[in-house]
Amino acid sequence: MAETLRYRDDEPVDHPAVTVDSFLDQSNATAVRIEPGDDARDLIPHLERLALVEVNFPAFGDGRGYSSARVLREAGYEGELRAVGDVLVDYLAYMRRCGFDAFEPDQQFDRDDVEAAFERWPEVYQAAADERTPIWAKRHA
Amino acid sequence: MYKYDQYDQAMVDTRVEEFRDQTRRRLEGKLTEAQFTPLRLKNGLYLQLHAYMLRVAIPYGTLDSRQMHALADIADTYDRGYGHFTTRQNIQYNWIKLEEAPDLLADLAKVEMHAIQTSGNCIRNISSDHFAGAAADELVDPRPYAELLRQWSSFHPEFNALPRKFKIAVIASETDRAAMRLHDIGINIVKNEAGELGAAFYVGGGMGRTPMIAPCINPFVPLDQLVTYAEACLRVYNRYGRRDNKYKARIKILVHELGAEEYTRQVEEEFAHLLGQGVEPPLAELERIRTYFEDPAFQDASNDTIDRSDPDFALWVDRNTVPHKREGYVSAVISLKPVGGIPGDATARQMHVMAELAKSYSFDELRVMHTQNIVLPHVRKATLYTLWQTLEAEGLGSPNLDMIEDIIACPGLDYCSLANARSIPVAQKIAERFASTGKTDALGQLKLKISGCINACGHHHAGHIGILGVDRKGVENYQLLLGGSEAEDVSLAKITGPGFDENGIVDAVETVTDVYTRERQDGERFLDTYRRIGMDPFKEALYG
Repeated sequence: MAETLRYRDDEPVDHPAVTVDSFLDQSNATAVRIEPGDDARDLIPHLERLALVEVNFPAFGDGRGYSSARVLREAGYEGELRAVGDVLVDYLAYMRRCGFDAFEPDQQFDRDDVEAAFERWPEVYQAAADERTPIWAKRHA
Repeated sequence: MYKYDQYDQAMVDTRVEEFRDQTRRRLEGKLTEAQFTPLRLKNGLYLQLHAYMLRVAIPYGTLDSRQMHALADIADTYDRGYGHFTTRQNIQYNWIKLEEAPDLLADLAKVEMHAIQTSGNCIRNISSDHFAGAAADELVDPRPYAELLRQWSSFHPEFNALPRKFKIAVIASETDRAAMRLHDIGINIVKNEAGELGAAFYVGGGMGRTPMIAPCINPFVPLDQLVTYAEACLRVYNRYGRRDNKYKARIKILVHELGAEEYTRQVEEEFAHLLGQGVEPPLAELERIRTYFEDPAFQDASNDTIDRSDPDFALWVDRNTVPHKREGYVSAVISLKPVGGIPGDATARQMHVMAELAKSYSFDELRVMHTQNIVLPHVRKATLYTLWQTLEAEGLGSPNLDMIEDIIACPGLDYCSLANARSIPVAQKIAERFASTGKTDALGQLKLKISGCINACGHHHAGHIGILGVDRKGVENYQLLLGGSEAEDVSLAKITGPGFDENGIVDAVETVTDVYTRERQDGERFLDTYRRIGMDPFKEALYG
């Protein structure tokens, strides 16, 4: 198991995430794992009690998890949003922009590559789920 | 023409450095080939039959002389002295070395060009009307909207791993010169009854193995919601587009399986939500972009005349120039379809020549057409003869715009790893046949399009005459299709029947054109006659 990168100050949840179906059936779980076929919007009525949402990327080329992340952040979710699975360093910046703040890759990252990935892009063209100011906003500030 | 500011320049420069780093990690073995493939594809780099192919983006097909000169220099420096202009208004180089690709991208960035998202499962280069800003019939110049969408779609974080590739075209006239309804999203800029501009969205068109014409899902999206609406269209696709079968993964399948009405409902719901998320640039940004597309300093050319005493020149004028919105000007089409040549190919020398001509005669602007020709958009009539003489001398003066010799052809089995059959030799033989029999003239407008496999890069579904190369038990075989159109009268071509071998398909094309010549009524194009009389007379002549 590779180390988890976490960009939050709060304490990590100490129990495992359950499936979306189990989560919706029990009232006490605070951690859930979304698979690519799950509808992230099913969680929206329960965001208050969620502390951790894992979004699974079984294959890095399946991009549904990016939408799941944004959907949750747009709905106001403020807990940990963790990308797990086939998470590769070249996609970290995109994931961060979609609202992920933790990464648990199948394969360990090289620290220098991670740093380079997050520092590389000086600007962004779009508004997304992060705090970055899009280029169009800077042009018309 | 759009010019990069420091932000745009920073983005392409960063991309070059990112790709240099990715290539280094691949060559050092830190990235597997499976991991590297999508990264290189998003920089336009394909592994083809013989070498790497690099596709360079030419946003909405517009470029200036400095950029065309740079494309020529790249052909000389990194390739074998030529390039291939494509059906999506881009250019491809066929003989690229992986380790040189980062330097090539750096050379592009110096002239405000890139290869970003010219391949891969992401939003591709945005295409548009090749006569934008010049056409006599356009409502407005569609390119500012295309540029707005270019920026929005570049490095879009949510849509970097879509189910499949995604192509957008933007037009702004009733005449469709960009195959708008055969794109994943086609946008037509229109005016409503109140006189306001807006965008009609057509979603779910495409060619490939399952051709579909995009239905209109919203006839009028206000301009200050354009990006938000596109984002909604894409989000529904990213979440629900099929990922179990790559042949069913394009948005056309989703729209078809859900039905246009249900897809539209989902988009509208997402749109209503996204309107509150602040993803739309202010209208001031669209205004800023528009200032780059203002008219060049046209002169008073109303007294310009064309001396038609040279019959070869007069023929070229009739065939290859089209009306311009300004009196005394025309748009002139430079044919990259010399008889016996490779459709869409140009040598480095020809690119330099076209760049110089643009600088001297067309306000420093060129366009790439989806039909794989080049346009000089704003040419004074008085300068046409001098211009034409240079084109003639450089093998660029073929007078065949939209004629049967003006064939669209994909690279086919001569280059492409997906192809089942060669396209180029078939195009060459057909052009040679019609040139030698002298029948080209009599046929008038006849759009012939050839694909070397079912993926339809050569737009065979949209040909008045289409040809599809297939592999039949190890032998190249060519199916004949009739009745397609990519224009505002869009339709999908139908297969005539059993296929033909390489020589047989050339004969078959001649046979169907003979049926047309026999059956046509006053002023009918081949397509019109086909639509009136149907498939049967053609089948009878081919197989009867």
